[in-house]
Amino acid sequence: MRAYVEGVGLVGPGLAGWGASRAALTGAEAYRSAPTAVAASPLLPAAERRRAGMPVKLTLAAGIEAIEAAGREAADLATVFTSSSGDCDNVHAICESLATPERQVSPTRFHNSVHNAAAGYWSIATQCRAPSTSLCCYDASFAAGLLDAAAQALAERSPVALIAYDHPYPAPLSAARPIQAAFGAALVLSPQASDGALAVLDIELDSREAAESRMEDAGLEALRTGVPAARCLPLLAALARASGGPVILEFVAGTRLRIAVTQCA
Amino acid sequence: MQPLAITAYSIVNCLGAGARAVADALFGKRSGLAPCDFDGVALDTWIGRVRGVEARPVRAELGAYDCRNNRMAQLALELDGFAETVARARSRYGTARIGVFMGTSTSGILETELAYQQRAAATGALPAGYRYAQTHNTFSLADFVQRYLGLQGPAFAVSSACSSSAKVFGNAARMIEAGVCDAAVVGGIDTLCLTTLYGFNSLELTSRGPCRPFDAERNGISIGEGGGLALLERAGARAGAEATLLGVGDSCDAYHMSTPHPEGLGARLAMQQALASARLSPADIDYVNLHGTGTRTNDAAEDRAVADLLPAPTPCSSTKGATGHLLGAAGITEIVISMLSIKHQLLPGSANTRQVDPAVRCNYLLEPKAARVRRVLSNSFGFGGSNCAVVLEAAA
Repeated sequence: MRAYVEGVGLVGPGLAGWGASRAALTGAEAYRSAPTAVAASPLLPAAERRRAGMPVKLTLAAGIEAIEAAGREAADLATVFTSSSGDCDNVHAICESLATPERQVSPTRFHNSVHNAAAGYWSIATQCRAPSTSLCCYDASFAAGLLDAAAQALAERSPVALIAYDHPYPAPLSAARPIQAAFGAALVLSPQASDGALAVLDIELDSREAAESRMEDAGLEALRTGVPAARCLPLLAALARASGGPVILEFVAGTRLRIAVTQCA
Repeated sequence: MQPLAITAYSIVNCLGAGARAVADALFGKRSGLAPCDFDGVALDTWIGRVRGVEARPVRAELGAYDCRNNRMAQLALELDGFAETVARARSRYGTARIGVFMGTSTSGILETELAYQQRAAATGALPAGYRYAQTHNTFSLADFVQRYLGLQGPAFAVSSACSSSAKVFGNAARMIEAGVCDAAVVGGIDTLCLTTLYGFNSLELTSRGPCRPFDAERNGISIGEGGGLALLERAGARAGAEATLLGVGDSCDAYHMSTPHPEGLGARLAMQQALASARLSPADIDYVNLHGTGTRTNDAAEDRAVADLLPAPTPCSSTKGATGHLLGAAGITEIVISMLSIKHQLLPGSANTRQVDPAVRCNYLLEPKAARVRRVLSNSFGFGGSNCAVVLEAAA
């Protein structure tokens, strides 16, 4: 499958946007971790902004950055959201309430508990009514999202925004499912070449033994293995270098995505 | 989209286990709803519970995945010859060429709810033996189904609340069209848990009696459980298809997290796109299986969307008065019901609905009825304003 990358968005620990992070991703500058800095998006109406959790902030920050870079309108774009665990603070709070004798669940927490909550807030913020899907594939959630978004761009012959995110569970779930940091990344993928495209991806599903791509920098490698959505970092590094490859991402049942990254002229 | 053959399906819910039991109950206008007796839940509501699922642990080599949701999935795999048909497809296509795309809203979250009731007093830790990845995580269901069937192709879960297991038909169609796989197992499972029972209660969306879709006195949903599976292959790949998947339409309301757009704008858009994807016009549809949850706002918005788009005489009904609302598994449940409607040339009525709301404009059926059923539209809408509509046709 071939897809053109028209824009990239990124927010994570020490990664304040795609533009500001490229030098760290290529190794031109040292990577310095710092708590993920992300604010609530002004695109959301005030009531929704108050109710929105970390996933909403991450997806709006990364998604809007990628779409603006692509020169596209968020209101027109189909979206693929992907995450290992959705809103982790929210599920913890609900399970805590359900363990008390009163079992009082907050209605807002309940409607925020759906895995597609980030997609719901996104459509309200951007007034986008285009198709949207919300996926989960545990540690391989980014790989699943990339495959689905590329297949959708190809089948529907129109661009798709892929938005991946994860953030930590609080204790005690953090012991069962450790996620190290809040992280969001987005790609605008198009089936056709355009003037501004950064690179072309040739993606294939591969069952051959091949080593998963890693990050050279120890800090970035810890981030890659510590956050499911950050499994995209080797692909983002290849995009930042605008070459290299192929990038190998682990998928399911021993399969991998093999992604050749070629700079657009 | 390129039409796909549906070459096997299975179904399980409170009406029964397997296509025959569900069809007999459905076209006999029976309901499987009963007052809530789910473990320790003190809520004044009715549910659609699948009896006996507790007593059927998942098979030993997949024991780590054992939880109510995967037990239900195993039940669906064992019904209607589904796993056997997939095994034959596996030998034709190879394990790597069959995808698994499963819809669920809450997966095995019940395990986490129970674990939170057993936290260590001193440390707050969850009990030993709690398995997050194989139970609670949204991917657990697709992972379990893929392993049970011995498949090694692409797999993931779709979780967009109550549209989840309708949307998987679109994901599978695109994957097959893009050549990533040759066939796909799709479907969805959701099972009773405290999050949905107490959550919908907190939103005052659960009915105190059995739900009564499109009734003048409807007052909320009855939560059900179960789901189903379907095997999709390229049309023409093999004779003996049960039905043809013609189109899938997908939209967002962009309106509110838990209330549908009052004019049914997103719902109408999804139906229009499903018809466009199927290359059909509204008059080609013989029956609409409505989402019809039984809440005042959902049914009113859907009625408006259907009446604005389809010819007035098009028969419509919701089957949730019989099955309850299976949430993330509602899509596959009603898509299989639509196939049963085509197979038996019978339209389902609306169990528990007494008097159709006089404000309703669509041709809402209370009683089951014999009819020529060739093409069916099935609607599924969810929180987050997520809408999906699917068009099926009788196999050629």
